[in-house]
Amino acid sequence: MDPIIILQAGVASGTVLLFATLGEILAERSGVLNLGVEGMMLIGAMSAYSTALSTGNPWLGVIVGMLIAGLLSQVHALISIRFQADQVVSGLALTFLGTGLSLVFGEGLSKAGAVSLLPSFSIPGLELIPFLGPILFTDQNIMVYLGYLMIPIIWYFINRTRPGMHLRAIGEFPAAADALGINVARLRYFYVFLGGMFAGLSGATISLAVSPGWFSHLTTSGQGWIAIGLVIFAQWDPLRAAVGSYAFGALRRLILDIQGPASIFGIRNPFFYNPYLGFFLQMLPYAFTIMVLIIGSREAMRKRLGSPAALGLPYIRGERGL
Amino acid sequence: MSKNENAVEMRAITKQFPGVLANDHVDFDLKKGEIHALLGENGAGKSTLMNILTGLYHPDKGTIKVHEQQVEFRSPKDAINHGIGMVHQHFMLVPTQSVTENILLGLDDPRFRLNLSHYHDVIRDLADQYGLHVDPRVKIWQLSVGEQQRVEILKTLYRGANVLILDEPTAVLAPQEIDELFKTLRSMTEEGKSIVFISHKLDEVMAIADRVTVMRKGKVSDANVLTSGTNKQELARLMVGREVLFNLDKVEQAPGETVLAVDSLEANNDKGLPALRGVSLSVCAGEIVGLAGVAGNGQPELAEVITGLRPPTAGCVRVHGRVIVGEGCEDSPRTNTVRNVIDTGVSHIPEDRTHVGTAPNLSITDNVIMKGYRQSPIARGWSIDRTNARGHAENLREAYNILAPTVDTHARLLSGGNLQRLILAREISSEPKLMIAMQPTRGLDVGAIEAVQNLLLAQRANGAAILLVSEELDELISLSDRIYVIYGGEIMGETMEGDPEGIGMMMTGTRQHSPSTAEGVGR
Amino acid sequence: MTNPAQTSRGLRLPFRLRFEPRMEQPGWLSALISLGAVVLALILGGIVLMLVGGSPIRAYAFMLKAAFGDIGVFSDTLTKATPLILVSLAAVIAFRMRLWNIGAEGQFFFGAFGASAVVLTPILPPETSPWLIIPTMVLAGAIAGALWGFIPGILKARFNVNEIISTLMMNYIAVAWNNFFIFAKWSEGGFQMSPQFPRTAWLPRLTDYSSQVPLFRGLTTHLGLVFGLIAAVVVWWIIYRSRWGYEIRLIGDNPRAARYAGINITRNTILVMMLSGALAGLGGMSEITGVVHRLQGAISPGYGFTGIIIAWLAKLNPLLVIPISILFGGLILAGREIQPSGVPMLIQGILLVCLIGSDFLLRYRVRITPRTQEA
Repeated sequence: MDPIIILQAGVASGTVLLFATLGEILAERSGVLNLGVEGMMLIGAMSAYSTALSTGNPWLGVIVGMLIAGLLSQVHALISIRFQADQVVSGLALTFLGTGLSLVFGEGLSKAGAVSLLPSFSIPGLELIPFLGPILFTDQNIMVYLGYLMIPIIWYFINRTRPGMHLRAIGEFPAAADALGINVARLRYFYVFLGGMFAGLSGATISLAVSPGWFSHLTTSGQGWIAIGLVIFAQWDPLRAAVGSYAFGALRRLILDIQGPASIFGIRNPFFYNPYLGFFLQMLPYAFTIMVLIIGSREAMRKRLGSPAALGLPYIRGERGL
Repeated sequence: MSKNENAVEMRAITKQFPGVLANDHVDFDLKKGEIHALLGENGAGKSTLMNILTGLYHPDKGTIKVHEQQVEFRSPKDAINHGIGMVHQHFMLVPTQSVTENILLGLDDPRFRLNLSHYHDVIRDLADQYGLHVDPRVKIWQLSVGEQQRVEILKTLYRGANVLILDEPTAVLAPQEIDELFKTLRSMTEEGKSIVFISHKLDEVMAIADRVTVMRKGKVSDANVLTSGTNKQELARLMVGREVLFNLDKVEQAPGETVLAVDSLEANNDKGLPALRGVSLSVCAGEIVGLAGVAGNGQPELAEVITGLRPPTAGCVRVHGRVIVGEGCEDSPRTNTVRNVIDTGVSHIPEDRTHVGTAPNLSITDNVIMKGYRQSPIARGWSIDRTNARGHAENLREAYNILAPTVDTHARLLSGGNLQRLILAREISSEPKLMIAMQPTRGLDVGAIEAVQNLLLAQRANGAAILLVSEELDELISLSDRIYVIYGGEIMGETMEGDPEGIGMMMTGTRQHSPSTAEGVGR
Repeated sequence: MTNPAQTSRGLRLPFRLRFEPRMEQPGWLSALISLGAVVLALILGGIVLMLVGGSPIRAYAFMLKAAFGDIGVFSDTLTKATPLILVSLAAVIAFRMRLWNIGAEGQFFFGAFGASAVVLTPILPPETSPWLIIPTMVLAGAIAGALWGFIPGILKARFNVNEIISTLMMNYIAVAWNNFFIFAKWSEGGFQMSPQFPRTAWLPRLTDYSSQVPLFRGLTTHLGLVFGLIAAVVVWWIIYRSRWGYEIRLIGDNPRAARYAGINITRNTILVMMLSGALAGLGGMSEITGVVHRLQGAISPGYGFTGIIIAWLAKLNPLLVIPISILFGGLILAGREIQPSGVPMLIQGILLVCLIGSDFLLRYRVRITPRTQEA
């Protein structure tokens, strides 16, 4: 139960959540709620693994995983933007679709054999920083470093660039953007696609880096849903999303490690002596997600802020009786 | 370019929406440097025509020429590129972004990086040039309505608009702010800009416009009328097809006992800022009391507090002496406040008839029983007696002239006027002691307006107490026995003479008499 | 309303596609469109089947026979339909109020737990008359499910916590909770299941009466089906005839109008979530007392999620839920023997996508007009 190890593994596992959360933030900021993250993560994980298996190249796997998840997300985009279907049900349908497809096409994949994974390494120099070095820069997968880069990039994009300003506008008040010539629908398709790609990236990170392999729906075990909850906790901000993702990652590692030692800080460890208590530990990530939701929602209520105002509402130009 | 050239020429514009021909072979000309009013009642087709000019809608038939060049607008962007800008009636501003960001929205410059401080300065200069003072760094939700309108105008100017279309711009302004706006418009025409002024207010049209085109039911009644050569009556006739506008049966009558007594009411708005700062007023049986004021000075909050939809932070609301809503009053009720208010015999005509007053996907019957479903004969124990409900709905449909195929029709298929009739039918049929009517005639055509106003007067004759909140000063003056004026969440004064100048002064913050207390009135 | 300027993204077709809002939505059109969606889904599902090397025609024919071929399999189909009816009703009542209860699965599991607790703790000894045990288990299952629905309900009502995520999280928590009892507390000899329930705690099945009616031999349909049918009628009455149902429908259509009408949304949120959970919990109870007669891990192949699709296909009408649940019961029964195992879920996903996409055709009519003038 070494705190450094827990945090180090936490950052790795948290990267999975981070990608999914960042992608969903982009989609939701544009005004589209995409509940299909779990399904897209699964299909991304499966297709990445499968591609890496057959081509021997994990990078190709990542790209394929991202593209397929992105394409799948366009189904949701089509029926919720073009056909104005209820975004909640559409997202659920996408989950079924993604999960089903990944189960069907991934049949037999788990017994297929060894696959080359994405590389892990340390960053020379940075790994020597006291305390943070061993956690953040030592022996981490390349995906983790990619995650570090994504956080400021996405933040900068949303808040300090012109396309980011348009993104915020179409999620808050699409009518204003439309009247000024911005193609709201096209941009929403795009950001849903980006969100899908990020979810696919997240899945690929699982199957080719963090927990290599394909274990049907146990591959993600609900992390897609946790990511959606984290978006609310993050108040749609990439920086808070990072904090939440890494914290959850650390929590998952903690749950595993806590069953190891016979005593913790001198106190008799109940989880060691009664392994069945592990089931209650399994509940923790989900219970924590609920807590995180409560915190996020109360804060939103207090500050009278909240989701992008147009989130979940289809935009129809020229709605009469406005 | 000569002064007589047409900046815009629209010919034979036709636009069909499901169930209504919004524009029927409409012609419209705009001379360079003129202010041309587009006059018509609600639903005449003015907004549709201008939405076509700005590229939001595509005409089914017809042509448009801008500066003598034939154009086809495939999107708002095309129109903007041709120098046409619109200031919408309902502002198209993103509340969480700053003035500058809103103005820059949709433009290709800045390319990628947002260098806001530079643009703040540019916008500030532009604003000063036209006398439209506003701080570009402020977020829209922090601005007053008048300031937001200035931002909308700046948006068009920044894009190099030389044709400006203003859609009912004065609805949200106080009389003095209207004068300011008119001054701004005139200075813009001196700089060569051409302006279309959409309105249904005859006074303003006569005051500001050079020429008028009148529309009625999708067609042009008369085009290019010089305001110098006509008068209000003539325009009214063109607008409605009748000589006199309103025929009201208002009888002089002495008011009865006090029904509504509001005492030092304080409340916050949705942002947590004070919206009501100690409002006191009273309404007696058999009178219509008007509440005048520019939009956004606390009227919606006042209605919401009285009807129980918003908790007050201090003060009491009494009906027939009993406290129905209050904070810190001796006998404040403990139970579900909205229901409490409804059961006391208070009915509420909400400002927003589609999003608050009705349920769009429920039938007319279901909408009509919204307040009465808990009592017999509509209720029967735990269930709803459908025969009685339907019968009630049929009766109301006939009595109030609600045009719809059947009472099973979904509410969202009804027109604005019919929806309002439904709401009025519902609220009046419960024979309320007190009616809170918020903007009851907004967005209705003249026939419907007349019907609504007569219904209110009929209730007054029956002894109901009515609090009428309206943006149309004329309406308030003609219907009300007394008028309070609200400004910044306080009552500025009360008048019985209905003089527009005095009311206008109060609407912009000048106190006239000391605000009447709850006990003092009600003879 | 979409205008042609919007659809022409550089693609010059010889005609224009216009979408106009429909003024009326006749019932027959709705049924026709739903049917079309189902057909489309079957076709798309068939394509996927072909891609993995199967034959769609054979697969569908096999499934039809395996579900409705004779009275034996039809009885099995009804048995599978029983929990489906209940979880679909759970979805229906919640969705009517636009409360997205995705946690029917977890409420099902927790309801199973509650019912098991009656005989496994034991609250009632095995010798107790079935006339007491069964109703107690019914009550326990419903209350347990209601509790599982209450938690997300109050979180939504008080803190505006998104109920989609909270109910989903509760699913995972319920499974872990049950697993603890299955693996540890109530484990039978180290196996991953509880001891079998005493005979008095079994829901009567048709086959129990095979001595009186020989036709019933081997038929697994059990009393739970009656629970489901009664529940459907009750829920129908609540929604369409009762005052409470009126409030629920009004809240679901326009919460602001509901507030304006004096309806307490907070209270209704909690009550509806509890009722929804109770229905799903009842489903869980009926499944373990009517079919497996013990508490074990695998009691649901995703009934909770299928229930959502059934509810949507039934257009949130409690009575339509019954025939549609039977169809899906058949799909699940027959689908057990189809490889790969993800096919039923995939078909359900395709079906839901087609259904909600097709709703669009109900609200808008498509007009194809020849593009004449280059306006």
